[in-house]
Amino acid sequence: MIRLVYYELVKIFLKKRTYLGFGIVLVIVPLVEVAMKLEGGRFLTMAMRGLSKDFLFFGNIFNGWFVAHQIMNSLWLHIPLLISFVAGDQLAGEATAGTYRLILIRPVSRTRIFISKYITTLIYTVVFVFFLAVLSIGLALVLLGRGDLIILNRGILLLPESEVAWRFVIAYLLAMFTMMTIASISFFFSSFVENAIGPIVATMGLLIVCTVVTVMPVEMFEIPKKFLFTRYMDMWQKIFLDPIPWNEIKIGMFSMCAWSLAAVLGAWSVFVKKDILS
Amino acid sequence: MKSLVYCQGKEQLEHRGDMNENILQTRQLGKRYGKRWAVKNLNLEVHRGDVFGFLGPNGAGKSTAIRMILSLIQPTTGETELFGYPLKSRRSDALRRVGGIVEKPDFYLYLSAYKNLQVIGALTGGADRKRIMEVLDLVGLTNRATDRVKTYSHGMKQRLGIAQALLSDPELVILDEPTNGLDPQGMKEVRDLIIHLSRDQKKTIILSSHLLNEIELVANRMVIINNGELVVQGEVSKLLDEGEKYVVIKAKPRAKVESVLRQQKKIIGKYTAKGETFDVQMDFSDIPDFNKALVRAGVQVQALIPKRSLEDLFLSMTEHSNEAHT
Repeated sequence: MIRLVYYELVKIFLKKRTYLGFGIVLVIVPLVEVAMKLEGGRFLTMAMRGLSKDFLFFGNIFNGWFVAHQIMNSLWLHIPLLISFVAGDQLAGEATAGTYRLILIRPVSRTRIFISKYITTLIYTVVFVFFLAVLSIGLALVLLGRGDLIILNRGILLLPESEVAWRFVIAYLLAMFTMMTIASISFFFSSFVENAIGPIVATMGLLIVCTVVTVMPVEMFEIPKKFLFTRYMDMWQKIFLDPIPWNEIKIGMFSMCAWSLAAVLGAWSVFVKKDILS
Repeated sequence: MKSLVYCQGKEQLEHRGDMNENILQTRQLGKRYGKRWAVKNLNLEVHRGDVFGFLGPNGAGKSTAIRMILSLIQPTTGETELFGYPLKSRRSDALRRVGGIVEKPDFYLYLSAYKNLQVIGALTGGADRKRIMEVLDLVGLTNRATDRVKTYSHGMKQRLGIAQALLSDPELVILDEPTNGLDPQGMKEVRDLIIHLSRDQKKTIILSSHLLNEIELVANRMVIINNGELVVQGEVSKLLDEGEKYVVIKAKPRAKVESVLRQQKKIIGKYTAKGETFDVQMDFSDIPDFNKALVRAGVQVQALIPKRSLEDLFLSMTEHSNEAHT
């Protein structure tokens, strides 16, 4: 299995498409952070206009942690798209290229091939989110320095610097977990089709529909929204609350696991029975 | 491709395929798409050492059958046994000694030939550098081993396809249209390679091709399928004996030739004429007497070419099959 995963990684990381997401992040993150550095604390001042009458702020609150937190907030709609570029291509890409005919005639069970591809997809997801984390936090700290983290979310919360780093670590771990669910869903769609565009569109379509249902204050959606993964997609943000609502996070993780498991089992059942006609 | 010189390959192969050990057997193998049967009740038997020709017109079901044998498609009916292992329940054991190429050769275009073979080798327990270079050498791609496959011509991809089929040193090699898109020289090289694999490496080969003469040149046993059903299966030499024999005569003047043809009704059957070329149905043993008669009549004989081809057998068999089908 290790050998299979290794060569799946070779395939994935020697493909130009894989670096599209990295390239976009590599452009956007520095662009935003440099812009924020140049704009100074104007953004923060605007956000706290209503609060400045009641509070006095001392020290460097417009710092690297604050900017990294803002980036984390703003990129999560785009990251699933970038993840699905690769995850959606994992099975469908083989069909498009006709290489199923090379690999599925070997004395290795389809289940083993499937597992190796899924593990590879998860590894890619982890590496990608890790890259985003290192780049956004690292560059922000270099450009804007350190300090306490101010959280503006229906109020104001100031987290002392000593607590910020580990909260970011857990937040990004949860983000990885969330993105693995997105990758699993994309992987699921990938098992049906012979073109990688389909899984990307289907994943984003599902994400948009579920998000709309989740955020709409309509009574008929109250029951279904409890089961949607989009309800818990922001669970990483809860790490920056005080106290941290661990129970909510556990429920969110359980929901994500259930969605991932359902997606993977669905993809597996399609993949092992699939007639290779491409 | 590496220069392989094999004298009169077909004759060299005649002794092969007589071991009668079935290494591939299909029973009532069938695949249905909706109401249409792509393959129906196919019973194949491939013996150890065979070069087994798999013939059929386009759309006959050859590739569907090969895909079922290689587990790319699940059959609707029937079963396949490879080396005594049922494909359905012992897939890995059944495919362990099989290599193949199915239809056009597709690869990871962004990887080199060497990397492609490494990736494929990983699925059969790993292929070391020596083995990879051996198969690349066999198909003449050593000097392009590190080039990306996207820079390869179709012929080179076809050869790489054969290399990947041989990578695990399989006992049974299934080649689905391996000469597609190759120029005549490339086709000859593939043919030589097949003969080499069969004669020197003792491999059993299933060769699907729409080029009938190719089957005729290398195969010792064959099957013809049409409309998804088996039309005939057996030894090529025996099937050829059953086929129509005729002689192509190039001679002039036409009137004198026709006069001789009318006189020699005892030894000739039907004939057709086109300019100064005549296709005459006759037994090959009568050629010398017929030639004498032509010369005596003052005919200038340019050529007398005995013909006995699979093409005739193939066409007559598939025509009968089509009639039965309709």
